[in-house]
Amino acid sequence: MKPTLKRSNAPIFWALFGAGGMLSALFGPMLVFITGLAIPLGLLLPADALSYPKMLAFTQNFIGKGFVFAVIALFLWHAAHRIFHSLHDIGIHAGTGAKLACYGSAMVGTVIAAYALLSIGF
Amino acid sequence: MSKRRPYVRPMDGWWRKNPYFVEYMIHEGTAFFVAAYAAVLLVGLVRLSQGEAAWNGWLHSLTSPWYVLFHLAALLAITYHTYTWFKIMPRTMPPVVVGGERLPAWAITGTGLAVAAAAGIGLLAFVWGMAR
Repeated sequence: MKPTLKRSNAPIFWALFGAGGMLSALFGPMLVFITGLAIPLGLLLPADALSYPKMLAFTQNFIGKGFVFAVIALFLWHAAHRIFHSLHDIGIHAGTGAKLACYGSAMVGTVIAAYALLSIGF
Repeated sequence: MSKRRPYVRPMDGWWRKNPYFVEYMIHEGTAFFVAAYAAVLLVGLVRLSQGEAAWNGWLHSLTSPWYVLFHLAALLAITYHTYTWFKIMPRTMPPVVVGGERLPAWAITGTGLAVAAAAGIGLLAFVWGMAR
């Protein structure tokens, strides 16, 4: 017998989409500028701003760990949700496979990030 | 399946016919840059967990012109995402009532953009402070 009313899992994905959208809206541009342009091109910031000892200390810190995890995981969930829902707009009638591919890759990325952060230690 | 093939209006390129939908597709498309940048950071995090040589290798790989071009494009795309995120916000959040009046859309968008600017400057200042 199938239950007639089933709890939807949509709010979970929507909340992750919203949280990731907000985090990337607030910090995304500056993060890209720092890690992708300022450090590689030697602009504005001291050259050793992201040196190994500094980044190791940052990711060993409880708050730093949380920030790195939130940025990577929530960015991935935000993008996965948005891409999944845009498939329909470009004529791909998304089914379970597309859902698995989108949310699945976000899940894999989340697990890898968690594993790397745990292996860095506290 | 019926042997008859009813006419189905083709929808290819529907969004190219209206600037409103072109904008919609561009702001939805920023998700690809958000995902790609998260993937770059994820690789960096894994390299960090593998030790100093791996981390320095990752930092060095970011100096390649392809990565710099990618990050320039990502900066544009994600900045545009920030703008549209707060532009749409008055319609995605519940109405805010202040003193009996509904808060106008421009106030919500403006506050969001101001907070985003402050967050970005704060992050830069934090990294600056960490570097010294």
